[in-house]
Amino acid sequence: MKALLKYREVWLLVAIVVLIGLISMRFPGFANPANLRQVFNDTSILMILALGQMVVILTRSIDLSMASNLCITGMVVAMLNAAHPTIPIPLLIVIALLVGLVLGAINGLLVWRLNIPSIVVTLGTLTIYRGATFVISGGAWVNADQMSPDFIGLQRAAFLGIPVLSWIAILVNALFFLLMTRTALGRSIYAIGVNPTASVYAGIDVGRTKFIVFCISGMIGGLCGYLWISRYVIASVEVANGYELNIIAACVIGGISIAGGIGSVGGAVLGALFLGIISNALPVINISPFWQMAISGSAIILAVVLNARGERRQGRIILKKAEAA
Amino acid sequence: MTDTPAPRHIPDRLDKPLNSAIFSWEALLVAVAVAIFAVNSFASPYFLDAWSLSDLTFNFTEKALIALAMALLIISGEIDLSVAAIIALASTMMGMAVQAGAGTPVLVAIGILVGLGCGAFNGLLVTRLGLPSIVVTIGTMSLFRGIAFIVLGDQAYKGYPPSFAFFGQGYVWWVVSFELTLFLVAAVIYWFVLHRTSFGRRVFAIGNNPVAAQFSGVRVDRIKFILFCLTGLMAGIASVLITSRLGSTRPSIAQGYELEVITMVVLGGVSILGGAGSVVGVVLAALIMGLVTFGLGLLNVPGIVMSIFIGLLLIIVIALPIIWRRVRRERFT
Repeated sequence: MKALLKYREVWLLVAIVVLIGLISMRFPGFANPANLRQVFNDTSILMILALGQMVVILTRSIDLSMASNLCITGMVVAMLNAAHPTIPIPLLIVIALLVGLVLGAINGLLVWRLNIPSIVVTLGTLTIYRGATFVISGGAWVNADQMSPDFIGLQRAAFLGIPVLSWIAILVNALFFLLMTRTALGRSIYAIGVNPTASVYAGIDVGRTKFIVFCISGMIGGLCGYLWISRYVIASVEVANGYELNIIAACVIGGISIAGGIGSVGGAVLGALFLGIISNALPVINISPFWQMAISGSAIILAVVLNARGERRQGRIILKKAEAA
Repeated sequence: MTDTPAPRHIPDRLDKPLNSAIFSWEALLVAVAVAIFAVNSFASPYFLDAWSLSDLTFNFTEKALIALAMALLIISGEIDLSVAAIIALASTMMGMAVQAGAGTPVLVAIGILVGLGCGAFNGLLVTRLGLPSIVVTIGTMSLFRGIAFIVLGDQAYKGYPPSFAFFGQGYVWWVVSFELTLFLVAAVIYWFVLHRTSFGRRVFAIGNNPVAAQFSGVRVDRIKFILFCLTGLMAGIASVLITSRLGSTRPSIAQGYELEVITMVVLGGVSILGGAGSVVGVVLAALIMGLVTFGLGLLNVPGIVMSIFIGLLLIIVIALPIIWRRVRRERFT
């Protein structure tokens, strides 16, 4: 039991259960399984994005361009679907993954080959990708009536009583879990975050690994481009504007250290769920949705304060400071 | 900040002074600015006009005011993503004061003090609790703007007194606006503080090596706290200017400004890893961003397409010297 309590994820899980309990006191229907499934489904996209962001943050980098990547990829697949409704949806998803991969690879190459700090690179591509969305669409929207029924319907189809969107989230979770815990790449990602210099001596190609994590976050951005557009059935330049910070917020609440090396798949998922529950709960317990921003802001600050305490106790912060210097 | 710094290349001898002046970041920025200015003059017949050029300055003065303080903060190795949210909160508080019948001096005081308070809050969280500033200010960004949304919802505050309009719309002399004058004065002050005082040297020392600075007797936390307060203060001042210029407050005011301010600072040659940068560079970068957006605006290019140019400019201007240095190094070794 004591060993279990050492994990940040357990505390976060407890916080989420308490949160659901509090909400149920005001609105008893909230905790029933059907509603919780709905909340999970609503949070799926944020969850997937948070996992993509997690691998980047673990290597002491950051990807601010994910939401813009999502926006442009979503526009590309929506326009393709509107122009050629006969293209099968699985092929469109592959296209979305590829477009996202290319955009992520551009970030990765700039970070790897030119050694430009990732925050600068992705700050630049954040505006470039969103601007490019305007250029390819000419500022026009792709509306629901221009999308094929399959395009919209796929993620809503139920499989074993759960929507396909949720299944995709579960699948991505499983893949990331395997990646982080069962592969050499996963170990390298952690190693780079904990100590990049030691990683070099251990034979890890730090630059190339960073390139790979940006490719991963790019592909995730691309996948979510399709998922987002088919969920909210509108593609425009404004899609997911400013969402990059929500993704990072989910990671931070999930206990992923912005200094790299600390964090887990479970944490990212719970962090996303925490934000998802809040945004789903506010309307049903009659709190104005305008409160949501301030509440998630407070949650982020609280999470950082608590996580910093947890990290300090391990005594490694001294090493980290000396190394940063 | 979260990235690992690149290994330093130490040359056998220092560049000759003239060489280093020609190849300095500021020289590159001046060249870029002159080039954009020339292109603009050829591209649009309306560009070379005193009033056009005066309008141009409104494009960047508010953000550039914040960029001055942000430059110092980033040089010290921290960052503040909440500046745009501080503008929104300060503007909302000014709006509330107007509803209560406050006059112009009180409004200005409220705007500046709210900014200062928000900056102090960020500074306390970062220095007292030892938290990473990038995460703290992502949090306070949601919190500050969130409060503005709670207060205003989908409403807007209007009815600012006529005398309040001077700050964002008034002119000091002929085409020289109050905003531009304020920015120039602030730029000189920040230049002096960063490059001519011991405080400025300490800021560089902290950015280069906080531990060594601490052991050298620099009060690292106190200086960082002051820098957060200054950034908040400048955001408060910018809030007064924007609110005065627009004449109304919505909770979505100044959305996305934080990234533009940081782009300005980085384009100005300030190292995002801390420890290097100059006020002159930031002023030039602000001018360049103003020239690009205004020039493209005259050509009827939509704002979102302009942002592509800003993004490309940011990456290219940073990538070029790196590629240039690499080519030179390969030739000599």
